[in-house]
Amino acid sequence: MIDYELIGHTADAEFRAYGKTLEEAFKNSAKAMYAVLIDPKEIKSKITHKIHVESENRQALLYDFLEEFIVLMDVEGFMLHDLEVHIDEKNGGRLEIDAVVTGDVNTNYKISGDIKAVTYNDMKIEEKKGIWMCQVVVDI
Amino acid sequence: MAHNHSNNRSDNKAEQEDLRKKLKKINDNIYEVPREGAMKIPGRIFVNEKLLKEIDTETIKQVMNAATLPGVLGYSIAMPDMHRGYGFSIGGVVASDAENGMISPGGVGFDINCGVRFLVTALRKEEVEKKINELLNEIYKLVPCGVGEGGEKISKEDLDEVMKKGAEWCVEKGYGYEEDLKHCESNGTIPGAKPEYVSPTARKRGVGQLGSLGAGNHFMEIQVVNKIFNKEIAQVFGIKEEGQICVMIHCGSRGLGHQVCSDYIREMQKADPVTFENLPDKDLVYAKTNSELAKQYICAMNSAANFAFANRHMIMVQIRKAFNKVFGVSEKDIKLVYDICHNMAKLEEHNIDGKMRKVYVHRKGATRSFPPGHPELPEEYQKTGQPIMIPGSMGTASYVLVGTEDAMKQSFGSTAHGAGRLMSRHEANQRFRGEQIKKELEVQKIYVKAASWKGVSEEAPKAYKDVDEVVKVSDAAGIGNLVVRVVPLGVVKG
Repeated sequence: MIDYELIGHTADAEFRAYGKTLEEAFKNSAKAMYAVLIDPKEIKSKITHKIHVESENRQALLYDFLEEFIVLMDVEGFMLHDLEVHIDEKNGGRLEIDAVVTGDVNTNYKISGDIKAVTYNDMKIEEKKGIWMCQVVVDI
Repeated sequence: MAHNHSNNRSDNKAEQEDLRKKLKKINDNIYEVPREGAMKIPGRIFVNEKLLKEIDTETIKQVMNAATLPGVLGYSIAMPDMHRGYGFSIGGVVASDAENGMISPGGVGFDINCGVRFLVTALRKEEVEKKINELLNEIYKLVPCGVGEGGEKISKEDLDEVMKKGAEWCVEKGYGYEEDLKHCESNGTIPGAKPEYVSPTARKRGVGQLGSLGAGNHFMEIQVVNKIFNKEIAQVFGIKEEGQICVMIHCGSRGLGHQVCSDYIREMQKADPVTFENLPDKDLVYAKTNSELAKQYICAMNSAANFAFANRHMIMVQIRKAFNKVFGVSEKDIKLVYDICHNMAKLEEHNIDGKMRKVYVHRKGATRSFPPGHPELPEEYQKTGQPIMIPGSMGTASYVLVGTEDAMKQSFGSTAHGAGRLMSRHEANQRFRGEQIKKELEVQKIYVKAASWKGVSEEAPKAYKDVDEVVKVSDAAGIGNLVVRVVPLGVVKG
């Protein structure tokens, strides 16, 4: 199983991320989004951030979770190296995600491009034969 | 697991043929998408046969989807540079009743008031060519470009003022001149901006970014007048002769605008989850115009739009400085011709079926095209109509057009906004190399200064539609008439 793949999209960037659990697929989604700009393997692990998001359903959770990274990128110049993800299902279908993310600031690397926003365009979160897949288009 | 996933879901030939057969040719430059299913109005796309071949069916479906929204009037329109967006197509123009309609953040786009500012100088190509690299370096030094490059550090209080006043704030602070303001769409200040509806997160993203270019398809270009189609109008716009040097600035509201859009997409989803789940495409999410949430979004959108006006204004101020330093010309002699928005929703009055009606015109990758005599235009342009700037892709021509009465009749006073992408950035990256493109452009005497090579390859000229064809359709359909063609001499990219 590959972690993620980038797919062409006329105006934007699209990716599919995979995992044996929903948590792993979310983790790989964050990596895939960063991979649109630079392979997370190239980023050093110097800074740690904690992310906490609560949303009303799975797709909203993925949207809000990825948006946290876009804000971190814009405000702190944060680039992702790796992360740990924990998802909790609450009563009434609400979901909570807690993540510990490590990485570095973008000024230490040659990075081009910007991610403007997450979109709902063609967003999919599916489980087939024990493999979770998240498909997302981001606006760049 | 799927690896051979097609780039384009609608590559299915039969489906494509089917949808194309439905299109009704009105004339050589206009096709109608007839009403069907939940569509409340028909669609109209402004393309010729050549451009039609390049349009994927997904884009046409997006035109049809937009026609299903509440309160839409006239036609769901797409411009000649149309291509696939999310929810609404890029190049989409949708008008919705001001009282019983909807407003949609996705119909505006993430980069609220992304737009183009165009300046003319009295310098000639021969003078500027000699020092082009020096000029590009100076601009690059003065205007923050690319990722991680912030802009003017302003206080939180100032950010509020910027969002309320737009370019006017800059002039009040001593940046630029009073006369710059009337040469901007809406005088560089959209009324009805209320920053209290802009989230702390959006503010956090905006506070350090004023006067910065950003990355992606945003650029600053030193251009040469290459052909004048309409001498009289060109003269009024300050364009006198071939060989004259001009400047084009293309950027928007940066992270602040992106966050405003995203925030309100989520708010509208939460406010009406049932409608949201039933939308043909989630990014079409909207609020009814009479709702509190719609009012809040409009106030926030206008705030972001003003930030964008101020952003382009501050970049212009730095470019004037660079010209002054390298060529000794007075900053005041670098004149602002006009500044237009191409991602915006505006409250306007249009004649629909013989009746004047107030509508929110969503222009997502479309430019306003107002005719001579329109009260929104400054005195100087009353006789000509509104200047319209259509930037090409890197290394190709750009155009100045003029607004028309026909645009008011056919497209809610709108025309195209650029070349329109043909190829994804990902594909462009795999096919082209930035260094190679820079070399090829240098052979054509076009000089590029960029924050990164990847930024250059993603914006490779071949990744875009032919801008010449786009403006040809605009002119032939009468929704924006040709005035001047300019060609690049130097490009600064994020």
